[in-house]
Amino acid sequence: MPFLTWLKRRLVVIAGLITLAYLLLPNVIVTVFSFNKPKGRFNYEWQQFSTDAWQDPCGVADMCGSLSLSLQIAVWATLGATLLGTMIAFALVRYRFRARGAVNSLIFLPMAMPEVVMAASLLTLFLNMGAPLGFWTILIAHIMFCLSFVVTAVKARVMSMDPRLEEAARDLYAGPVQTFLRVTLPIAAPGIAAGALLSFALSFDDFIITNFNAGSTVTFPMFVWGSAQRGTPVQINVIGTAMFLLAVLFVLASMLITNRRNRQKA
Amino acid sequence: MSTLTEAPPPLAPAEPEGKPPRKRGRFTPYWLLLPGMLWLVVFFALPMIYQASTSVQTGSLEDGYNVTWHFATYWDALAEYWPQFLRSVFYAAAATVLCLLLGYPLAYLIAFRAGRWRNLIMILVIAPFFTSFLIRTLAWKTILADNGPVVHALNSLHILDLTDFLGWTAGDRVLATPLAVVCGLTYNFLPFMILPLYTSLERIDGRLHEAAGDLYAKPWTTFRKVTFPLSMPGVVSGTLLTFIPAAGDYVNSELLGSTDTRMIGNVIQTQFLRILDYPTAAALSFILMAAILAMVTIYIRRSGTEDLV
Repeated sequence: MPFLTWLKRRLVVIAGLITLAYLLLPNVIVTVFSFNKPKGRFNYEWQQFSTDAWQDPCGVADMCGSLSLSLQIAVWATLGATLLGTMIAFALVRYRFRARGAVNSLIFLPMAMPEVVMAASLLTLFLNMGAPLGFWTILIAHIMFCLSFVVTAVKARVMSMDPRLEEAARDLYAGPVQTFLRVTLPIAAPGIAAGALLSFALSFDDFIITNFNAGSTVTFPMFVWGSAQRGTPVQINVIGTAMFLLAVLFVLASMLITNRRNRQKA
Repeated sequence: MSTLTEAPPPLAPAEPEGKPPRKRGRFTPYWLLLPGMLWLVVFFALPMIYQASTSVQTGSLEDGYNVTWHFATYWDALAEYWPQFLRSVFYAAAATVLCLLLGYPLAYLIAFRAGRWRNLIMILVIAPFFTSFLIRTLAWKTILADNGPVVHALNSLHILDLTDFLGWTAGDRVLATPLAVVCGLTYNFLPFMILPLYTSLERIDGRLHEAAGDLYAKPWTTFRKVTFPLSMPGVVSGTLLTFIPAAGDYVNSELLGSTDTRMIGNVIQTQFLRILDYPTAAALSFILMAAILAMVTIYIRRSGTEDLV
């Protein structure tokens, strides 16, 4: 049976592609339904083709406001978490100090904790302190859970760095600031960038922790959550599709640039 | 520069042993650590203490709460919500197993068989992350809709009869059943399984496969005796990265499930944000945390001794 042999040899490939389809199917649905013209309040059933939502993406009350709020929070959370996390990563790799074990577990634990537990406990803190819930409590929470991911990303990069490069810079009479800015930082940059990108994505898309600590402030994920109860506007799908396309274009462009650079160097 | 930046990990240790620390840098690590660690202590560790204290308080919203060491809250919470706890563990375990079964072939494909398609497939695995996961989860409502093609196909193949018999679905529906929730959980956390699996598979030396083949191992034997054991670190971290968030999730159960599929996350969310019964909510959250930490510790110990030797 040649067909069976063929199938057997490609079993892994076929199974893998099925998984890939499972992963991408919802994105296809989101894109297709951004061209839908639903009858009721919910955009779950296909009715007819229309580009209404694409022509008026901000036509839904409060949606674009929540989107810009989410972007702002994501930018600030990324800046905060990247700065604090990079400092911790350098301390962990480059220095010997007391209480290293405690520091390591305090960084690991937030990643090993269900989000709902962190969300609930942070809310009890804010309630006990009488802090008003809103932009600042969301930002504090986001920096907190992004921090560990930045530390992990930067640490991996700095650990694989050759310390002799910095010694060479020092031997060539570069001062500590100059060495850091012109040697250390450029080499660590890919790790820092990876940590920052991850923070941005995590913060922008965070729902559970925000849900607990936002009070009446509405971020974009909170808006989507609310609309699942009240009625889902087609514009949600437009935003989802646009974000997906932008991100894929961004990744493709950065890959092309890296490829070209590598080719030039070779 | 280019060859230097891509140099293999240094042979020399970062700081030569025995070298006296420079005086100026003696406090540097503490200054570097201070702001970030302070953040984690105040906004991660301290809240845990507050939560523990809240869980043994009694009182009401109007009169305020006082610590009375009322541990009965824990027993009452467990007595009332043990089905949701159990359900969370079952759903999360099912989703984790499904993620492993689905994710392994794809990670294997990317690591060994994709060739020049590797980067593209990698992007496609990560790309869904860029669309809000809530929007993608809502898309499952369309996919699993009562009169949609998926339900029709499952119905005509009599698969729904079987799952109905097993209690995974109800009648001709998939939405609002355990199957839909597990399906959503699997979907949402699948990339967290694929990425660590891929990382550990990619590190495997291809010559080991050849060696196994040369020693007359069949492909399946090679996989069982060589590839899979070597990918254990990826399996362990992948299962943890899937199980932990899945056990605490309430989004999938709320959007794709019904009142019969409520997980412990749903209970904590309602107690905290709608019923405002803070002691019960804090106790439930504390139990969840303790249970997860205990499970993770045991799991890491066991897998560590069995496979990392």
